[in-house]
Amino acid sequence: MMSSFSIEIFLAVVGVLLIALDAFATELNRKVVPWAAIGATGLALILMLTRSADIPAWITPFYATDSLAVFYKVFALVTTLIVLIIALEGDFITAYFSSSEGVKTRIGEFYALPLIVCAGMMWMASAKDLVALFVPLELVTVSFYVLVAFTRRSAMSLEAGVKYLILGALSTGVLVFGIAWVYGATGSLSFEGIAAAASKPTTNAMALMLGAALLLAGLGFKVGAAPFQIWIPDVYQGAPTPVTAFLSVGSKAAGFVVLTRAVQAFTGDGSQIATQVGNALLSAAALTILLGSLPAIFQTNVKRLMAYSSISHAGFMVLALACGATGTVAFYMGTYLPATLLGFLLLVVLRTQGVGDELKDLAGLSKRSPLLAFALAVAFASMAGLPLTAGFMGKLLVFMAAISKAHYGVVALAVVGAAAGFYYYFRPILTAYSPVEGESTKLQVSPVARVTIAVLIVGVVAVGVYPKLLQSVLK
Amino acid sequence: MGLLELLIFIPLLAAALIGAGLPGKVIARSAAALNLLLVLAAISQFNAGNTLAHSYPILDNPAIAFAVKADGLSLTMALLTSLVLIAANCQIGEGKPAIYYVSSLLIAGGAMGAFLCTDIFFLYGFHELALIPTLLMIAIHGHGDATNRRAIAWKITVYLGVGSLILLAGLAALVVALKPASGLTFDLAALMQSAKDHPLPAATQAWIFTALLVGFGTLVSLFPFHSWAAPAYATAPTPVAMLHSGVLKKFGLYGLIRIALPLLPLGAKHECVQQALLWMLIGNIIVIGLVTIHQQKLDTLLGNSSVMHMGYIFLGIAAGTQVAINGAIILMFAHGISIALLFALCGRMRNQLGTLEFSKLGGLAANAPFLTVMFAFGTFASIGLPGLANFAGEVMVFLGAFDSNINDGFKLIHWATILGLWGVVMSAVYMLRAYRNLFFGKAASGHFMSDPVITQRVSLVLLAGVLLVVGCCPGLITGLLKDLTIAAP
Repeated sequence: MMSSFSIEIFLAVVGVLLIALDAFATELNRKVVPWAAIGATGLALILMLTRSADIPAWITPFYATDSLAVFYKVFALVTTLIVLIIALEGDFITAYFSSSEGVKTRIGEFYALPLIVCAGMMWMASAKDLVALFVPLELVTVSFYVLVAFTRRSAMSLEAGVKYLILGALSTGVLVFGIAWVYGATGSLSFEGIAAAASKPTTNAMALMLGAALLLAGLGFKVGAAPFQIWIPDVYQGAPTPVTAFLSVGSKAAGFVVLTRAVQAFTGDGSQIATQVGNALLSAAALTILLGSLPAIFQTNVKRLMAYSSISHAGFMVLALACGATGTVAFYMGTYLPATLLGFLLLVVLRTQGVGDELKDLAGLSKRSPLLAFALAVAFASMAGLPLTAGFMGKLLVFMAAISKAHYGVVALAVVGAAAGFYYYFRPILTAYSPVEGESTKLQVSPVARVTIAVLIVGVVAVGVYPKLLQSVLK
Repeated sequence: MGLLELLIFIPLLAAALIGAGLPGKVIARSAAALNLLLVLAAISQFNAGNTLAHSYPILDNPAIAFAVKADGLSLTMALLTSLVLIAANCQIGEGKPAIYYVSSLLIAGGAMGAFLCTDIFFLYGFHELALIPTLLMIAIHGHGDATNRRAIAWKITVYLGVGSLILLAGLAALVVALKPASGLTFDLAALMQSAKDHPLPAATQAWIFTALLVGFGTLVSLFPFHSWAAPAYATAPTPVAMLHSGVLKKFGLYGLIRIALPLLPLGAKHECVQQALLWMLIGNIIVIGLVTIHQQKLDTLLGNSSVMHMGYIFLGIAAGTQVAINGAIILMFAHGISIALLFALCGRMRNQLGTLEFSKLGGLAANAPFLTVMFAFGTFASIGLPGLANFAGEVMVFLGAFDSNINDGFKLIHWATILGLWGVVMSAVYMLRAYRNLFFGKAASGHFMSDPVITQRVSLVLLAGVLLVVGCCPGLITGLLKDLTIAAP
């Protein structure tokens, strides 16, 4: 029985130890690193599910263990576990692109860093004040700077790394500036204190609003909400695919949990700036859905398509947040996880078999591997929000939240975005199932990948037909 | 697991088994036959007064449950589904890929689910489940060249996708508006109770009804949201055309009768909404009727005629009286059977003759007497000849519609009824002309058609026989519908 706090420490320590092991160990021992990372994450997940509720008293002022925090901690662990499996699946590609010609470089960090990121994301889920938010956020972001640019022989990866570094640093600056204003306006760093101050008439509303705006902009960058979504397509496409999966699920979820807490603080009972924050979020949601969905129509690269898709999904989550439905945000995240990770896992498996990530490369997939084609259909059907898949439940709850708050205009725009989704998500499915001449060798799928694919497919369908599985987060 | 769950899951399970590599023909046909037997069993149980209902909650807040319940309307639609499924499966030729069987079973299973579930979530979900294979089959195995069928597949994907989303928004609005004190629920019975206890204001009802009308209407090719239908049916592989035009398209009408009319009675009666619906259905009957007369090919003629005939059913819905609604339901059933029969024949002609243009064909009766008789059944049913099922439905719709509020003066609905009667004449013109051109007159050189093998014959005779039996004894269906209550007008 460990507390969630000790589990985070455990993960970070294992991460550091694995980096050391990779640096000093013999060739043979280095092969242990990926499996050790997977094992540690799996163990942490088990520990998390059987955790003890006690946490040290000194930490309680800035560390929450409410249901929201627990959900996102489990979420981060599951994501990390699957991302590590995806990374292992594409191991030799990462190794090839990260070493000089003819030299085999060790890439143990590629498996060790996600553990540290995971510890950071879990910690973020518990943040009760702005410092406890900022420190783990930076732990995550800085680790991602490394991971995004990891395949250094790929120009796209380097470009993605530079873009992510510059814009990430800028957003961090904006975030800190926002924190400073909020502190100045309210005299408090804790979300509770901010919420209390926001409802006091003595608080300077203008200053608080400026702080809130800067803070939301900084966090908006992390989750990829418009107008701070420009970086996403290039970075997602350029980063190694396992890292893209990690960014689009893990990093986004971590962003949303802190965004949820910040918004709750700004829009609490009697808050002077509740309306403005609500309206800003609504506009951002509408814009994000459209700027994600409409450009996605024109994409010919599946990885880039999924980047735009992730923007559009972020829009739906921001919409739920704007309607005050924090449970729905978490639920949507839970439906987004299996479909998105399944999509990226498929891209990696296909890549190891010499199939690229252009749309046309998928042609005839149903003949070459019925399993992969079916998995692709399930993943994209869920992202499109087809009923009886997880994605539909998520979209339905968002629509219901928006309708019950009478935001009909935004609902109409969301319908436009979802309708566009029918086009761009169906195109890969159609391509995969169309009969074509030419390449028809069967594709090999490793047992680990098969099992993971099966588990994710079951996850997508199970949540779709039996959403009670995620019910706890709605409360 | 009760009968109704089996009705839904047998086709889906069969589809999964075939997808996993088991032989398609045997499994698909036995599943379809088993399904028909189970529907008949369910009907006899229902007639014996047993309630067939189960509910498995899947979410507490909002309350969603996999809930199935049979009444006359849903059993009529289930019977239609299983009949057309059998016929569609028998049209799949030797050597076709397994996906033909898988898709037809998925469409039928989805339609079954949509007709039997009493929870809006699953009602909507199963329809979408059936829609996807339809779209994929048109895109992948449709007729015509690849670019053209892709374009058509996209057209209907966008049309039906947008229609479904508007519908979803409307349904979500309905669920939110009718929220009972116990919290949001998707259960139709609970929503009905809530609508009774706290009726919504007329204006709210009107706009939600409008969203549902546009959403469901798009799925049923209500004018002016109809332009996807004719090219889609002309392109779709035969079993898909049969199942979609015969069964799945009826989902929109079913939804209006099942959800929109009872839950939003004031919305349906709202002056503007009703006027708009009447003008649209007049568009279906007259405009599309004229378009149909001008068709030069059998497949587009049938596609357009199917759009046109939806106008009558909408007329029954617009009238809203018990007679008209029952007529509309019989017509849904009859149209489903007759259009499936016609598309089956059309598919066979396309395979054997290579063309469906009237100008290039003629005299087919000489070598295919059986098909000639079957086509006659389809034609006469489609026109509404007494003695065939469509007649019973049309008469009830016309009488019910003409009767509605006739004492208050002559309104648009009465004009619509009169125009609808002219529509029958138009049907006669184009169907009889097609029949004559194809089967009689001078035999065109180079095209030869023969009668099909015994299984296909049996399946076609089954459809024709049902048209005849229901036409002679419409009481078989109206008997099921006697306890059906649509909200009082």
